[in-house]
Amino acid sequence: MEQFFQQLTNGLAVGGIYALIALGYTMVYGVLKLINFAHGDLFTIGAYLGLTLLTTLGLADRLGPLGAVLLLAVMVMGLVAIIGAMLERIAYRPLRESPRLSAVVSALGASIFFQNAVMLIYGARFRVYPHDILPKVAVNIFGLQIPLIRILMLLTSVLLMVALYLFIQRTKIGTAIRAAAIDQGAARLMGIDVDKVIMIVFLIGPSLGGAAGLMVGLYYGQINFTMGWVYGLKAFTAAILGGIGNIPGAMVGGILLGVIEALGAAYISIAWKDAIAFCVLILILIVRPTGLLGERVAEKI
Amino acid sequence: MKTRRSLIYALICGILVVLPVFLNAYWVDVLNNVGLYAILALSLNVILGYAGMFHMGHAAFYAIGAYTTAILNTTYHIPVLWLMPLSGLVAGFFALIVARPIIHLRGDYLLIVTIGMVEIVRIALINNVFGITGGANGIFGIARPELFGFRIRQPHEFFYLIWAFMAVTIYLFHRLENSRFGRALTYLREDDVAAEGSGVNTAHYKLAAFVIGAFWAGMVGTLYAAKMTIIAPESFNFWESVVLFMIVLLGGSGSIPGVILGAFLVVGLPEIFREFATARMMIFGAAMVAMMIFRTEGILPPQPRKYPPVGELLADEAKP
Repeated sequence: MEQFFQQLTNGLAVGGIYALIALGYTMVYGVLKLINFAHGDLFTIGAYLGLTLLTTLGLADRLGPLGAVLLLAVMVMGLVAIIGAMLERIAYRPLRESPRLSAVVSALGASIFFQNAVMLIYGARFRVYPHDILPKVAVNIFGLQIPLIRILMLLTSVLLMVALYLFIQRTKIGTAIRAAAIDQGAARLMGIDVDKVIMIVFLIGPSLGGAAGLMVGLYYGQINFTMGWVYGLKAFTAAILGGIGNIPGAMVGGILLGVIEALGAAYISIAWKDAIAFCVLILILIVRPTGLLGERVAEKI
Repeated sequence: MKTRRSLIYALICGILVVLPVFLNAYWVDVLNNVGLYAILALSLNVILGYAGMFHMGHAAFYAIGAYTTAILNTTYHIPVLWLMPLSGLVAGFFALIVARPIIHLRGDYLLIVTIGMVEIVRIALINNVFGITGGANGIFGIARPELFGFRIRQPHEFFYLIWAFMAVTIYLFHRLENSRFGRALTYLREDDVAAEGSGVNTAHYKLAAFVIGAFWAGMVGTLYAAKMTIIAPESFNFWESVVLFMIVLLGGSGSIPGVILGAFLVVGLPEIFREFATARMMIFGAAMVAMMIFRTEGILPPQPRKYPPVGELLADEAKP
């Protein structure tokens, strides 16, 4: 039982990361119907920027561990958001009217560019995060020893997701984003600046991805320039699992995927961990072809 | 116009035939890789270009072909080239089983399922499934192919084998493109509801496209296994599928010359710029973005189908 709950909380923490990255995929897909293959690399950039800022600014000495991590998160999110918006402006906006697959190739090109840029700047080897930032203590919950960082991660991702959900549901900009996702043409006729909406989506999605990158760095302690592909693929799986384009779907899909993976690795076989996640995905898509929370779209004729 | 086109193609063929004489082994090997990728991309083109299904797991079929050849050759010592159709059949059969339940998925859902498929196949190979795939180290000691008692082992000998197979591929796929089957695929790519409405059994045609693509990829797997004599799961990862996907779309999806040109660009070009070593892939990525912005349909998009004017058709029918 002890092992079960340890794996469950681990799965929830990792699932939170998947969900944060998946939100970037799903929001972009919602408004542009484009799979942003470069999103995983924005996540990597977040992790590396976090490392640079952490080692050069020495925030931990001045602000204490929690303050330092909080400020760091804000800075990383801001920087990655700017890179995301630039990506949209340069690589995707000129292709808005072209066939969907052209934009996919452009996204793949951008991904190759980012991945190799990170490799050129930081080198191809694994980089290690300083491991004395957050105190290594375990919290006792109902007799279970759960590492503090795991709880913090879960809390942060839930907090960010709730904030995003409220933003999308309650604010005027959120309404505009939803409207643009349903019908861009009609949204434009209602006086919504769709270009601005897309820009905002490309600020929010990458900033969440950047935050996830920082969290992975802090949780696992080491980062690599290719990890964007691995996490990106998982997060994309999560987005599809929940029904792509659907924001609560990405959250549910991410958490579910993290838990399935952690439990599958513990109880079935660690070597087949990645295959289990994909098998579950395929089975769910056979039963529900548009994902768990995806709406059944009527055939347009 | 038409004669000029065929003149250019004849010229390119001529250059290719004599090229190995002037190049050293390294560059001939680069051309061999370009050839293998081009044939694979042509087989993916049936699924992605003609039928318009987002398939990013082509390396799985290629892997199954290569492993079928490797396992049967190393355990039963069956000559490699005899295994070529068999490898194709095994890959095609696998595609038939796997694609049947997922064929109705749309666009991006199909994309992720095919990515899942290639990852599951790779993990299965690493975990030495059924105890015959040799785990992460793969299989080594695959025999060289023999043709009429002549053993092919040098890069320039492989060059002629691979590019001869390419010629066969181009001929057959060109015939396919202009056949009733090819037209049905194009129709369902453009509008599958309308195709279904006009009596095209879309599920049947989509599945057939998958099986044909997989069959051909399996045969290329044999050539790859014979060329390398050693195969490992990492040669068939998700990235290989992405490379094939890029070749088809960058060159011009649905266009045979476009796909071959795409293979030259994606596989050959980074080799030419080896001096720039580390920065070349970064520039390559930026160039891909630029290419798509300026040539949205790919470099050599397919030419629109041309049919003779109705008058000529009627005149043809009137003839006895």
